[in-house]
Amino acid sequence: MSLLELKGISKRFGGLMAVGNMSFALEKGEILGLIGPNGAGKTTIFNLINGYFSPTAGSIFFDGKRIDGAKPHVVCRLGLARTFQVVKPLARLTVLENVMASAFCRTDHREEARKIALEATAFAEMEDWSDRTAGSLPLGMRKRLEMARALATKPQLLLLDENFAGLNPSEVEKTIEIVKKIHASGITILIIEHNMRVIMAISHRLLCINYGEKIAEGTPREVAENQQVIDAYLGVAGDRPPGGGAHA
Amino acid sequence: MMKKTLVGGVCLAALALLPLVVRNPYVLHLLIMSCLWILLGQSWNLLGGYTGQVSFGHAAFFGVGAYTSAILVKSGFSPAVAWSGLLLGGIVAALLASVIGWICFRLRGPYFALSVLALSEVLRLVAVNWKQLTNGAEGILYIPAFTSKAYYYWIILALAALCFGVIRVVMRSKLGFYFLSIREDQDCAESLGVDTTKYKLYSLLISAFFTGVAGSFYMNYLGFIDPGIVFSVHDISVMMILVTMLGGVATMWGPAVGAVLYILVSELFRVWVRSGHLIFFGVLIIVIIIFFPQGIVGTINQWRAGRRQRRAPVPRQEAA
Repeated sequence: MSLLELKGISKRFGGLMAVGNMSFALEKGEILGLIGPNGAGKTTIFNLINGYFSPTAGSIFFDGKRIDGAKPHVVCRLGLARTFQVVKPLARLTVLENVMASAFCRTDHREEARKIALEATAFAEMEDWSDRTAGSLPLGMRKRLEMARALATKPQLLLLDENFAGLNPSEVEKTIEIVKKIHASGITILIIEHNMRVIMAISHRLLCINYGEKIAEGTPREVAENQQVIDAYLGVAGDRPPGGGAHA
Repeated sequence: MMKKTLVGGVCLAALALLPLVVRNPYVLHLLIMSCLWILLGQSWNLLGGYTGQVSFGHAAFFGVGAYTSAILVKSGFSPAVAWSGLLLGGIVAALLASVIGWICFRLRGPYFALSVLALSEVLRLVAVNWKQLTNGAEGILYIPAFTSKAYYYWIILALAALCFGVIRVVMRSKLGFYFLSIREDQDCAESLGVDTTKYKLYSLLISAFFTGVAGSFYMNYLGFIDPGIVFSVHDISVMMILVTMLGGVATMWGPAVGAVLYILVSELFRVWVRSGHLIFFGVLIIVIIIFFPQGIVGTINQWRAGRRQRRAPVPRQEAA
């Protein structure tokens, strides 16, 4: 049985079909990369899985349970954590308090939550920052805080939403290391990323979407060589921009 | 933690011994009113400060608490029995809160703040018009149970201390972390496993309970209420916010500092300029909001935290 399975998921916002008839599955222990041009619907898919949106049609199964339409806090308790592309630090709390707030997902005791939080901050290699207020962190550390917080909820599946965007090259290397470490600890990962070098390096499988629909799925190499994927990213030869006088 | 608790206990004991030294009923009255406002400020602070759910209508819970005690006496119980209204008033206020919270906390934004404001006004009108139950605008009057103010002082001091203790314990527990995460970012809190609707309601229940208790105490102490006094938007609802802002929103000691200042400033200027005293309190509030938006205690805390952070070494960042 797949850990996560989307069956015919569609999401419509008024006249806009953000995601159309999307189906894919994620096996335990996998790292699946989700790529696509800007506005392709990647984050919408995360919001559907995580429970911020209910799908217009289709169903989502996590660990054998149907989760579409369930609230985000319920989904989180089932063992599905996420990070945010637009980081959401609890700004006036310290890093450790941020992570503790999420550790309370698995315990009611302060000391236990503190222990989980210390482990998670160490795992994300930001223990030096634990007494800083989250609002005072530089972007690289905010992205890392997102990961530490997600880890503290002890997930089976982690959704990473562009955790590499805006990082400098050495921060990118460090984050790749951390993601690999998370995976090695037995957590399945679904990751959205624009940095092709990163996504090729860490994903086992890639899924490319455009205009809310799946256009390719396979190993990173297969997807990278797929003509539709290349077209989606680079445009089709002979295409003119709208209003470009293509009357002939 | 142990040391702080010990110091707190000693201070509380010293405060409790005050009536043995202070015999002047006027001074005792000021102490009682200060404690009452500490209790009110703290109740508002838990919901509006720590949980970030601003309420413009806490007079609803205050008034319901007060009328619970008042109606007990009016229906023939002795004023001594009316003291059970302390608990009963709190419970009735919490029940009312659970209804309004259950409806409003599904939504975000200003709905809750405005609904509670409307609720308190509706209750005021009900209290004016339901004459069989409330005597309407005449209000309810009875002779208070004790003649010595010292008893009232001890009771309200114990209540304020209890509320302080409860909030302190709550804010160090899971509940407190959840309240803060709701204040900071509700979407984020949801994704971290916080049932935001439920925990906002918990915060409101505690807050409304203590506000109801305060209302009941007010009735028992002053012996007279009417709808315009206890359901007053400006004298109760807004003053609860101002007292908290003056001392420092979302700080442990803020409401206490704000309450004592409020009573002192009002009384000092009342002696000099009679009802003009409100102008001076208003000016004080404006100055605080413009120059110290964190309030008195909040500004001190911020200053201390800033000093600590400047002293701490800057953590290493990965080089570019």
